[in-house]
Amino acid sequence: MNRSTIDLWVGVFVVAGIAGLLFLALKVGNLASFSSGSQTYQVQAKFANIGGLKVRGPVKSAGVVVGRVTDIRFDNESYEAIVTINLGVDYQFPRDTTAKILTSGILGEQYVGLEAGGDGVMLKNGDRLRLTQSAVVLENLISQFLFNKAAEGKPEAREPAK
Amino acid sequence: MLSSAVTGIADGLRRLGAASIASVAKLGYAARFGIAVFQHTPAAFGRLHLTVREIYFAGVLSLIIIAVSGMFVGMVLALQGYETLQRFGASESLGVLVALSLVRELGPVVAGLLFASRAGSAITAEIGLMKATEQLSAMEMMAVDPVARVVAPRFWGGVLSMPLLAALFSAMGIFGGYVVGVQLIGVDAGAFWSQMQAAVDLRNDILNGVIKSLVFGVAVTWIAVFEGYDAPPTAEGVSRATTRTVVTSSLAILFLDFILTALMFTGGTHQ
Repeated sequence: MNRSTIDLWVGVFVVAGIAGLLFLALKVGNLASFSSGSQTYQVQAKFANIGGLKVRGPVKSAGVVVGRVTDIRFDNESYEAIVTINLGVDYQFPRDTTAKILTSGILGEQYVGLEAGGDGVMLKNGDRLRLTQSAVVLENLISQFLFNKAAEGKPEAREPAK
Repeated sequence: MLSSAVTGIADGLRRLGAASIASVAKLGYAARFGIAVFQHTPAAFGRLHLTVREIYFAGVLSLIIIAVSGMFVGMVLALQGYETLQRFGASESLGVLVALSLVRELGPVVAGLLFASRAGSAITAEIGLMKATEQLSAMEMMAVDPVARVVAPRFWGGVLSMPLLAALFSAMGIFGGYVVGVQLIGVDAGAFWSQMQAAVDLRNDILNGVIKSLVFGVAVTWIAVFEGYDAPPTAEGVSRATTRTVVTSSLAILFLDFILTALMFTGGTHQ
């Protein structure tokens, strides 16, 4: 086989390989997301309980992904979790925005939900969200439900004995 | 009675010692050979057509087997994954399952195993036969360094081909998963792609997969050129060296994969 044919095929091979990589990066991965490249600003929020929130989890407002969780740490003084999130600069929120930890679906992943407040001043890089709501812990919910049931059941159970 | 037992134990120890020394010596020789190949890198890229020729033999001719296997692996993943996921009502996550398992693990590993048996064995057999027919000695007689002329282009041809082949394997696999999952089974196409895009990260998943395939490429080609160069110059020696290439590089891929996975995917995702 002569050299120009080999060159042609190697060229085809390299183009196909790079096309495969581009396919993986653009179609399969999230090249255009907040984790890489695009402009972001960072805010922090303290939660009493973050449930199953993970680093790289989405931050949504009105169901739209506006940022990503970049860091989760434990605060030794307040015994709370400090969650650092990166928001896209295109998305501006008032300073009194509420951050909640929500679950998508029943068994879905957990994400940070932002609910805009009414303040005129917008969040800046390095700000801290004051209003937060922790993740719902299923065990706490169930025990609360059981206690309520037990409290309801008591007077009815005693009535026939009268 | 006692003395015969002592000599028996001493004999066993001697054999163990000899085997250990031989394996350490071979490892050292392989390391020195690897450094020599790296030192001849300018030779491989200075006469680029030699490396391009090796990319043709190692990469282009492996295209078909890589593409077809990737496609079938993706299709099987989609079938099996759907069976399990639909039990939990999570069949929309099929794209995530197919993409993550291909990009992180199966793409680099299976492409590496195929590459070792398709291209690695060919490299060993070629260099071993060149040695057996004294072509390498003839080159040395003509003051041509066989490491620069024969080994370095093959090494770099293999190293450069491997990441491209692994990427193609993953891409074909995801396409196969799409064909089975969306076209045949009927998972929603939008959910298939969007959940995949939400879950697959460019740096943590795709870049790490490319790094894996690059490491496997270096390991496989290094083992292949070394076994060929080190092969006894007989028909039996070359055949044994070819077998050793496939076995050693397959084991090396699986072992390195474990190490790399432990380094890449356990540290970053702390809760």
